[in-house]
Amino acid sequence: MARPMTMAEKILAAHAGLDEVVPGQLVECDLDLVLANDVTAPIAIKKCQEIRPNVFDPERVLLVPDHYTPNKDIAAATQAKIVRDFAKDQGISHYWEVGCVGVEHALLPEQGVVGAGDLIIGADSHTCTYGALGAFSTGVGSTDAGVGFATGKAWFKVPESILFKVEGELAPGVTGKDVILHIIGKIGVDGALYCAMEFTGSAIKSLPMDERLTISNMAIEAGGKAGLIEVDDVTRAYMDGRVERPYTEYHSDPDAQYKQVVEINAADIQPTVAWPHLPSNTHPVAESRHITIDQAIIGSCTNGRLDDMRQAAEVLKGRKVHPDVRCIIIPATQEVYRQSMAEGLFDIFLDANCAISAPTCGPCLGGHMGCLAKGERAIATTNRNFVGRMGHPESEVYLSSPAVAAASAVLGHIGLPSDLD
Amino acid sequence: MQFKGTVYKCGRDIDTDVIIPARYLTTSDPAELAKHCMEDLDTEFVNKVTQGDIIVAGENFGCGSSREHAPIAIKAAGIDVVIAKSFARIFYRNSINIGLAIMECPEAVDAIENGDVVSVDANTGVITDQTTGQTFQAQPFPEFLQEIIQAGGLVKRWQAKLG
Repeated sequence: MARPMTMAEKILAAHAGLDEVVPGQLVECDLDLVLANDVTAPIAIKKCQEIRPNVFDPERVLLVPDHYTPNKDIAAATQAKIVRDFAKDQGISHYWEVGCVGVEHALLPEQGVVGAGDLIIGADSHTCTYGALGAFSTGVGSTDAGVGFATGKAWFKVPESILFKVEGELAPGVTGKDVILHIIGKIGVDGALYCAMEFTGSAIKSLPMDERLTISNMAIEAGGKAGLIEVDDVTRAYMDGRVERPYTEYHSDPDAQYKQVVEINAADIQPTVAWPHLPSNTHPVAESRHITIDQAIIGSCTNGRLDDMRQAAEVLKGRKVHPDVRCIIIPATQEVYRQSMAEGLFDIFLDANCAISAPTCGPCLGGHMGCLAKGERAIATTNRNFVGRMGHPESEVYLSSPAVAAASAVLGHIGLPSDLD
Repeated sequence: MQFKGTVYKCGRDIDTDVIIPARYLTTSDPAELAKHCMEDLDTEFVNKVTQGDIIVAGENFGCGSSREHAPIAIKAAGIDVVIAKSFARIFYRNSINIGLAIMECPEAVDAIENGDVVSVDANTGVITDQTTGQTFQAQPFPEFLQEIIQAGGLVKRWQAKLG
């Protein structure tokens, strides 16, 4: 009988061919999937081909050109072309061209490429998103990804796990984004450094898939290696008929050992905004109303899914964006785009004077489609508010949920949807 | 490996957006990336540091994005070693994989001042502040990571393994 293990430990053990692993142990694992984007893939491709001419399995290497696409300039076009040429040359089946591509961590769950029990590395720090499906997925750099392309393997130090139990009912208007901002505010940007975060409790179980993906997405903002949520009926309903490979459920043993158990009363979580320049600099929205904004961004791998579009539209319906604010809506995938249009959300956004963009990471990392000038301030549903993240080093980013970002766009300052009544 | 250089000291949570802003990520050329290293923190960084200098930083150095461009830019800017209280895990992996020397040593970070001349023995983990004469012992790397470092990075290790 193996020792009691967390779901993170079980997934790593299974992929290392071991009955059990212990935190701190170094293991070499077989990977289910390896991914990179237009920023990280060019280096990864070079590293891969320094080892072998071909990838280990063209079905298991994923290339998602989403950061600077549609190409923002000649340099970006050159990088995108390196990725495209490699995908064609290697017969990579999971490559998405502009017109099909979306923001990677919204696209891959939606398209059923990633599933429960998978072990995934990605040359993008928000690869931790798929933990919401019960996968162990983690961000790495281009060399690890390149070695993964070539060999299908990666080394891991088995992380200790921290359990976050969010019990009770979330207040109306409190979303998955507020839950994760609350947690990061509580433990800090290195509060889960080198650790796997596991989220559980009645409040987590009550959340739809899109909001769970938001929570796992930001595990890295607390330093986490992964952000896992146990598979339940909500996960199964999302995956069944969608996931292209058989999936495996791993559940933490009741007597598994955690480095720490953090208990959170759901009722204590308020609509939250993270002020510059760290995601842990959290404040209640109710105490942020004095902050005027120049721009609102609603999108990204954190909050660019259909539920996010619906929550923004509910606030913007019949209202106009403040004349001093640019509001940019970026559905994260073509499917979210199409569905938003079908549900009439685009009419609401257009009537409110919002700009609607093709899927791209774009402004989240100060790439394009909404960079900030010196002294400007944005509220954004994205994941980072570091110095210079969205443009000029003297600009500022405030992180919030889609409903708060939409309400702030109308108000011209940070505020709650209820402030509009 | 032995290193000796002048210390550039910075605070905690130095993120990869500050180390190399995303607006420069349309290239992976080390020399080009080096020109913009740390510029959102200190526009004079690249002029202040010279080949062989050492960064000494607080907790969580390299947090944020997975961009390997960050350790590449630091190395190409002339920095041989980064000593920090702790590293963000992706930056930690990336540094070992590309051959940027890193050391975790909170005591050294507390004691060493900006501009001190410091020598580092990467094999033993001994850090010496030549300016004050103090010595510190950094945590040694696990054997597996030492193998990667000795091989000259992760790619070289695999090249050797696959012959």
